[in-house]
Amino acid sequence: MATMTYRDALNEALREEMDRDPDVFLMGEEVAEYDGAYKVSKGLLDVFGDQRIVDAPISELGFAGLGVGAAMAGLRPVIEFMTFNFAYLAIDQIINNASKLCYMSGGQFKVPITFRGPNGPALQLGAQHSQACETYYLHAPGCKVVTPATPADAKGLLKASIRDDDPVAFMEGELLYNFKGEVPEGDDFVIPLGVADLKRPGSDVSIITHGKMVHLALQASDKLEGEGIKAEVLDLRTVRPLDVEAILETVQKTNRVVYLEESWPYAGTGAQVVSIIQEEAFDHLDAPVLRVPQADVPMPYAKNLEALAKPNAARVVEACKKVLYR
Amino acid sequence: MAKIKANKSSAANKEGVLARHGVSGKLALELMQDMLLYRRYEEKAEESYAIGKIGGFCHLHIGQEAGAAGVIKVLQPEDYVISAYRSHTQAIAKGISPNAVMAELYGRVGGVSKGKGGSMHLFGRDARFLGGHGIVGGQVPLATGIGWKIKYSGESLVCVCFMGDATVNQGGFHESLNMAAVWELPVIYVVENNEYGMGTAFDRVSKTEISMRSVPFDIPASSVNGQDVLSTFEHFRNLTEEVRAGGGPRLVELRTYRFRGHSMSDPVSGTYRSTEEVERHKEESDPIAILRDQLFAEGILDQDTLEGMDAKAKTIAAEAADFADESPLPEPGALYEDVWGETNAHGRLFFDGRRT
Ligand SMILES: Cc1ncc(C[n+]2csc(CCOP(=O)(O)OP(=O)(O)O)c2C)c(N)n1
Ligand SMILES: [Mg+2]
Repeated sequence: MATMTYRDALNEALREEMDRDPDVFLMGEEVAEYDGAYKVSKGLLDVFGDQRIVDAPISELGFAGLGVGAAMAGLRPVIEFMTFNFAYLAIDQIINNASKLCYMSGGQFKVPITFRGPNGPALQLGAQHSQACETYYLHAPGCKVVTPATPADAKGLLKASIRDDDPVAFMEGELLYNFKGEVPEGDDFVIPLGVADLKRPGSDVSIITHGKMVHLALQASDKLEGEGIKAEVLDLRTVRPLDVEAILETVQKTNRVVYLEESWPYAGTGAQVVSIIQEEAFDHLDAPVLRVPQADVPMPYAKNLEALAKPNAARVVEACKKVLYR
Repeated sequence: MAKIKANKSSAANKEGVLARHGVSGKLALELMQDMLLYRRYEEKAEESYAIGKIGGFCHLHIGQEAGAAGVIKVLQPEDYVISAYRSHTQAIAKGISPNAVMAELYGRVGGVSKGKGGSMHLFGRDARFLGGHGIVGGQVPLATGIGWKIKYSGESLVCVCFMGDATVNQGGFHESLNMAAVWELPVIYVVENNEYGMGTAFDRVSKTEISMRSVPFDIPASSVNGQDVLSTFEHFRNLTEEVRAGGGPRLVELRTYRFRGHSMSDPVSGTYRSTEEVERHKEESDPIAILRDQLFAEGILDQDTLEGMDAKAKTIAAEAADFADESPLPEPGALYEDVWGETNAHGRLFFDGRRT
């Protein structure tokens, strides 16, 4: 085990996968000479050269599509979006092309591409730069969606995503880049997609979540512990494919669920998980499942309004108590 | 331009510059006052950012003031301007009050967008400043739509669309130029070429010059020294009248340079450009120093008057910061306001506990 930041864990995953497979290349804005807008690709230009670490013009639709074409023709691209806010420009290539090509071609064309970059609000960046976008990519079948919360998950899941033969939206947490944690060493540390992780066991209530919100759930469960409530924190890690078994298991264990998500509630990941729970574990519920999402508004800039709009530990605690009827 | 001091040598062969550009002394002094305000205003924003009064991203226009002053001065109040995120000065130039812009940067109710937009999202309906856009290139199709409206309604107006050099590599830019050309829309697409998109030099990701980019669409392109406000003004005065008279769209490159980092959180220089390069530009192509030398040589400005004008600019900037500071934070209830223009829908609008 080595202790490293989330950023360095991602960097290591990229290095190892590029070492391992000459067909892997990284393209995006500022990824080469500038070391990446968030320094995730730091030093990679020196190691792999400008054929494999490529600075792109501000042409998201263009370079995302370039990646899809290169993947169809046999390469294994990693496309960095400076942030996922800018991937809206490329969504046609991700949904209409990358996610459907395998099916449309009757399985002839696999599209082994990873779209990655930071996702979710940071601080006071306003409506166009503060959004958790995972729902857009998991709505249509064909794309996998990964949201690592810790350095170890970041490394193991990025390696799996790059090796995966399908398009993956790999969504990092901008505010997690400096977060430190233990990361297993070795080339073959790969975490399979579609496997949730119990970040904290408990018996009274389950907080199901993913991505950056895992840390909020852990904070909330600390507070609940102080009040004698044992909350279990289930980190989905990948939101598509979804680890339904792990979800059902925790529901059966605690019978009470709060779904915490960074994004908007309308047709979000929480809505999906709640639907699965009521279909498959209705009899195990002792209370309606509650969601703690971002407020159902575009992100305001003003500091106080932004704080009101974001999920916080207090709201999670409150929701947990509500499903416990306390 | 930390301190204003005359630079005699560069004033040498500037005789008759006002006459040459067809600019009156009064107008030239106005342009000077405007640029001084933009400089001092952005410096104030920089200061406020440093002490945490402004958050998030904050992109300054320092070094590029001649573009805001020289282009927008030409326009009529009903003409439209739309821009990207580096637009504090442009919003003021188009008629939004410095106080309302600063309060927006501070995220206060007195802000032009009630504190909900922030530095990147300045909007002024009355001033016909249509944003304030944070996605690179997002404003360009909108400008085309504004041009469409002007033509549709038979108005004799123009829309000026500002963007940076890196924006010309977005698909929406090319799609917009084609449509504007086909439908002969009164839009002036102004590319502020400050040589870099964040840390990427224009020519590292572009094969052809900006002025080549409208050739496929048969839109006339031109390039002007955007550090010389008199040249900029003259250029746009002529061009705007052509467009207003139904001459169709234009593409203009303003050659300029950014004196600060891409945003307040980015370095001024580093791997992508050297400190020497930045210093050389500040020395040789500061738009305020260039105009100052021209006006000194014309004999219509002296050091004392200039300092008086500068003091006035600083006062307006300081007052804007005071206004912003005193303006309250938005009421919590504002969180759910303005999501929709109309709130009398029959169904349930909010899905996180709010049932409005
Ligand atoms: C679609 C999109 N991609 C990336 C970004 C991040 N970004 C913000 S500004 C910028 C550089 C733009 O450069 P340019 O158009 O030259 O304008 P300047 O900042 O120099 O005024 C980048 C890459 C963004 N905001 N939107
Ligand atoms: Mg630029």
